[in-house]
Amino acid sequence: MQLQYFLLVAAALFCIGVYGLVNSRNAVRVLMSIELMLNAVNLNLMAFSNYLDPQAIKGQIFTIFVIAIAAAEAAVGLAIVLAIYRNRDTVDMEQFNLLKW
Amino acid sequence: MNLAEGVQIVSFGILAAMMLGAAIGVVLLENIVYSAFLLGGVFISIAGIYLLLNADFVAAAQVLIYVGAVNVLILFAIMLVNKRQDFQPLRRGWIRKAATAVVCAGIFALLSTMIVSTPWAISTATPAGDASVVVIGLHFFSDFLLPFELASVLLLMALIGAVVLARREFLPDDEADRAQVEALRLPERPRELVPSGRDETVN
Repeated sequence: MQLQYFLLVAAALFCIGVYGLVNSRNAVRVLMSIELMLNAVNLNLMAFSNYLDPQAIKGQIFTIFVIAIAAAEAAVGLAIVLAIYRNRDTVDMEQFNLLKW
Repeated sequence: MNLAEGVQIVSFGILAAMMLGAAIGVVLLENIVYSAFLLGGVFISIAGIYLLLNADFVAAAQVLIYVGAVNVLILFAIMLVNKRQDFQPLRRGWIRKAATAVVCAGIFALLSTMIVSTPWAISTATPAGDASVVVIGLHFFSDFLLPFELASVLLLMALIGAVVLARREFLPDDEADRAQVEALRLPERPRELVPSGRDETVN
């Protein structure tokens, strides 16, 4: 097993997440794409932790912090989606143009 | 874990294929409920890859937090905002899709050439393996103590913020009135008092 395999898979997952982030119309799907990107970053950190720093596994510490931040982000993001849905009665990203010129 | 090289490569291939296929399904499927369940598949595959990377604690945390908390939260949000509406198609929407696909493919090509061409300084030390929980605990209570405590404060802030954001602003009028009238009455059935034993003997 080599480090490069893991990094390539993580890069592919990150690119899928970017595509979904830009092209999704549903606001919940945008949050799911953000979770995909965060997981790709976690995979990178874990691969580096195992192959470059196997004794003091600091990559795993960073991964745990990223997981905690991602949980907080998911909770607040879904609460914002609920509030917007209650105000605008839609989850279409194209109609959330309140702050757009 | 002590697995043979071939077993590791085959299981990595299966897990990576599952993960990428489920991720493409998350992004491209029309029904968002299917997307949410496929997202759980992505998280579980990533937990398996973590096991291949000698990280059992983080794999367990991944399953507990992502599959058990975040995915269930996303499913609840989908149930709360599930409105059957067809998004009206954008004018020249395909240009955006094509441009994004080209940009993503470009990013992937750039990253992969960087990954392949970089000479990584692979360490030859034996990995921590099963002692990773001990090492993580040592890090958390020595040199990562301040970020650890800050993370707890951040989680508390996110909890309160999510409650404040998702709460209803006002109650409807009739519900408020009924609550005021019935506030002082206990919701229990009126029942007859049972006579005590001494009165019966006297009678």
